[in-house]
Amino acid sequence: MSELPAKSKVVVIGAGIVGSCLVGHLSQLGWTDIVLIDKGPLPNPGGSTGHASNFIFPVDHNKEMALLGVQSANQFRDLGLSVDSGGIEVARTEARMHELARRMTSAKAWGVEASLLTPGEVKELVPFINEEVILGGFYCSSVSVVDSLETGTQMRNLALEQEALKVFANTEVLDLITEETPIEGQTKIKAVVTDKGTIEAEYVVIACGVWSNRIANLAGAYIPLVPAVHQMADVGPMDVLAETNNEIGYPIVRDMDTFCYERQSSGSMEVGSYGHRAILHHPDEIPSNDAAALSPTEMPFTPDDFDPQMETAIELMDMLGDAEIKYAINGLLSLTPDTMPCLGEIPEVRNLWSAAAVWVKEGPGMAQVVAEWMTHGYPRVIDAHGADIARFYEEEKSDEHIWARATEHFVKTYGIVHPAEQWAGRRNLQVSPYFSRQEALGAEFFAARTWERPQWYQSNADLVQRYELQEREVEWDNRWWSPISTGEHLNLRENCGLVDLSAFQIYELTGPGAVAFADHLAVNKVDKPVGSSVYTPWLTPDGGFHSDLTMMRTAENTVQIVTGVFDGGRDQFWVKKLMPQDGSVAFANITLDVTTLGLWGPNAPAVLAQLTDQDLSQAGSPYGSLRTVILQTASGPIEATLFRISYVGDTGWEIYTAWGNGPALWDALVVAGADLGLRPTGGGVYGTSGRLEKGYRLMGNELESEYSPVEAGLARPKVKASDFIGKEAYLKARQDGPEVQMCTLTVEDHTDSAGRKRFMMGGNEPLLTLDGARIVDSHGRASRVCSAGPGPSVGKHLLLGYLPNELAVIGTDLQVMYQNEYFPVKVGAIDGSVFDPEDSRLKS
Amino acid sequence: MTAEQTSRIDASELRVLVCIKRVPAPGARINLTDDGQRIDTAHLGFAMSPHEECAVEAAIQLTQEAGGEATVLTVGPEEAEEQLRYAVSLGIHKAVLVKTDGEAVNPQRTARAIGAAVAALEAADGPFHLILFGNESADSGGFQVGIRVAVGLGRPIVTAIKGIDLELEAPAITAKREIDGGLEIYKLPTPAVLGVKEGLNLPRYPTMKGRLASKKAEITQFQPGESEPDGLDGQTSLGLIQPPQKASNVVRLGEGPAAAPAVVDLLDELGVL
Repeated sequence: MSELPAKSKVVVIGAGIVGSCLVGHLSQLGWTDIVLIDKGPLPNPGGSTGHASNFIFPVDHNKEMALLGVQSANQFRDLGLSVDSGGIEVARTEARMHELARRMTSAKAWGVEASLLTPGEVKELVPFINEEVILGGFYCSSVSVVDSLETGTQMRNLALEQEALKVFANTEVLDLITEETPIEGQTKIKAVVTDKGTIEAEYVVIACGVWSNRIANLAGAYIPLVPAVHQMADVGPMDVLAETNNEIGYPIVRDMDTFCYERQSSGSMEVGSYGHRAILHHPDEIPSNDAAALSPTEMPFTPDDFDPQMETAIELMDMLGDAEIKYAINGLLSLTPDTMPCLGEIPEVRNLWSAAAVWVKEGPGMAQVVAEWMTHGYPRVIDAHGADIARFYEEEKSDEHIWARATEHFVKTYGIVHPAEQWAGRRNLQVSPYFSRQEALGAEFFAARTWERPQWYQSNADLVQRYELQEREVEWDNRWWSPISTGEHLNLRENCGLVDLSAFQIYELTGPGAVAFADHLAVNKVDKPVGSSVYTPWLTPDGGFHSDLTMMRTAENTVQIVTGVFDGGRDQFWVKKLMPQDGSVAFANITLDVTTLGLWGPNAPAVLAQLTDQDLSQAGSPYGSLRTVILQTASGPIEATLFRISYVGDTGWEIYTAWGNGPALWDALVVAGADLGLRPTGGGVYGTSGRLEKGYRLMGNELESEYSPVEAGLARPKVKASDFIGKEAYLKARQDGPEVQMCTLTVEDHTDSAGRKRFMMGGNEPLLTLDGARIVDSHGRASRVCSAGPGPSVGKHLLLGYLPNELAVIGTDLQVMYQNEYFPVKVGAIDGSVFDPEDSRLKS
Repeated sequence: MTAEQTSRIDASELRVLVCIKRVPAPGARINLTDDGQRIDTAHLGFAMSPHEECAVEAAIQLTQEAGGEATVLTVGPEEAEEQLRYAVSLGIHKAVLVKTDGEAVNPQRTARAIGAAVAALEAADGPFHLILFGNESADSGGFQVGIRVAVGLGRPIVTAIKGIDLELEAPAITAKREIDGGLEIYKLPTPAVLGVKEGLNLPRYPTMKGRLASKKAEITQFQPGESEPDGLDGQTSLGLIQPPQKASNVVRLGEGPAAAPAVVDLLDELGVL
């Protein structure tokens, strides 16, 4: 074996499915001088890949997970290391049958062939199943079984053949060395210290699976994941399986309601479980390769945890009961606090990348994402913002948080998880200055990463009677929703609403280079007079959306950036990694210095006028302007900034003031609004109904890196002269024109086959032609519901989605699939709003 | 030596006892505690010793073929129930735990505890025709307990056994022991004691149904009591030492068919060809 080189371009740590595929993809993208190291032997270094059950169910409700699953399955197929075994998710309960209908909907969205089976039809495919305990099944013929270890070998060989790679097995990382950068709180990776020597590297990628956080910690960085047990037992032999003379001859069965699967492995059956208690380990508890009886990640089996699953497995397949348990492990896999993987550059350390918390089923695709990200500055195969490691806030990186959230969601691995489902534990990590007042008003809090935001207020329950509103008929549609929210919406349109916007993430750029740097980030012009604001996309180098936010020029050399709580971490890192290192710009996160209240509705000016002498007319406080004012409160005068803007379609302001002034401001507005119909108003109006009536796009829903501002309808008539990230691609997109356009659709009939009214959630429901065909553009992007919710002021349920130009015509009749049924929809607006399309109310 | 039973064994009354020990699961490198006094069990799985797996298998086969009842016994902590239930999940009928409370055990004390338990069990349900031990435990490897128990009970014992035949009519036991270039064959009257070795048979794995049934099995518990020291507890453990790790040098002989000549040379060198 050759000596470890003293230097290389990139070191990838970890030769499991992810690290091995990553070096293959990097070499395909032109990278050379790559070093891959692993502390274990090859081809099975002892991580989770070595004991993976290696099957891929290509349907997931989450777009990133679904499409990267399909992408990965195809990469395995292209290598000839995959068999389409088919797979069936069986239901034992009515709730699960409902979920299977939802699976059908997601299958349609992503273009995966699937069908619902009767118990008898399940038995035809799996003759040894007890069809009496199931109600039906969800069958997917493209479920595949892959050879992950051989795939890793071949992907490494791809890079080796190009002489782009050197591989060092049995080489353990002892330390990561970083160097200072001019940016506060950010270092840069310099070298990897191993037991075979030290190697300097420009880039280092951590693809160490369950060990990733421990390795990241060596550099003062975090990859928030925890090793968790997934129990598996191999039972057999059984004649019916042996007779197939095949590694896998029968479809894989996922017994969803018992959180188990049964997967043939030659003459035996592998029974895997997610039904046991969450069993988490600290990475230091994982034995070394030498000290492990099997492999390090095949921990000693704890049979007591598995017994209940055995009973249910035997119930489903009686033959399992008499077969011998030949091999059983507590296999380790990675769990993150929010269930999504950890991909991308790690915010704490420049050029240190994470490719972790990735399972075999999405390994090759996610390796491709990271390789493209490193190459092009952003992934191309898919928008991966949900997996971006920069999404985490500090509080989400602690072991306490990781363990608590992993414990809570492990048992939902096969669970029925509502799109709006809220976390039970680790709440109230960050609350606004109004929290105690909101609790007293009976606020129903929804968590937005670490922040708590009221979704609606029980104190507004009287609005349900006033506006004659109703609960939704089907419990699923009604879950995590309330007609109170619709009441708050109608009251805002009639009177006014007070919305807590404290979760806004606010950053400040200062210094002589601040405005120029801000303009380098933004599509729209920031270099405008002090007191101006701009709503603008930030683009990826390829011209897709990285962010969508507001920038305010608050002083000659100061720009404030206001972004949403779901994007704060990503946006902060984007700024810090791109900002000049010559000291001309300083960055500060002032989120906790500032609190924001939204005051909107026709009575908003009359309410605010009681607190200030400022001219609140469009002349004195024009739309888009910033005005610093003194507001009179019971606690005395306070300074505030009035930002005339609206995300709900009625006139009003975002009012910014010092965090400590918040309670006084809230109380003053409540008193001033008492006779003007002011109500505290939740995120259900701000983020959904008010927004959707106006067709306002939301980052992460409508806005993703796969779409350009031209397609999203957010291109301005002119392009500013100065350069900005993604400009070249943006100019081309403007020249080419859109292939798809963002449309608002109205649901024309909610009645399902059982005569019940159903309400789409905005969970990627497919938009379909009247023939029921999928609508897919030349880039393979499917038309789907990006956001959905009520439009109380237009009397219609509203959907936002992209449609190809020929269908993006007001009045076009289409269908949406929801719960495996078709509902008629009509295009109601293109690049605009179905409510007050002239925006007359905004500027009244 | 006293042959308590010389007439034929009624198949339904055949009684076999297997004595096992809870040991760290073999296969892993065993780490020691910092003070070098004990094995660090923090991250270890546990099992019965491999020789004992063969003893359990033999007991199951004997009682399945002839009838009767197989009992498993261990001296150990509460956690050793895991190994007892494992034996039951394979097909053993009864389980007995002679519970130690974490105090140090040595071969003498263990043997006395087993002897006392056997006496009590036999007083209640009749004699064991055959008592099986693993030849030595996988952890301490003292090679003593089986012999001490046999001597204490006044019964014949042969160790290193890799073949057992039970004749109910005689009744007698034929036991085979491998030696260099041949076999030693012993004939023992019942009741007798055997120390068996891996290779005796191929132990089965538990079935799921067996595992589930074993959870409900009743475990008879004995307190070992403070038996009279017999003056033989002379030894003291001073500590444990981890042997130096043997570095394994992997030599790559080549890839694919091109490696064949080197493989042949190596096999030749090793005298395999």
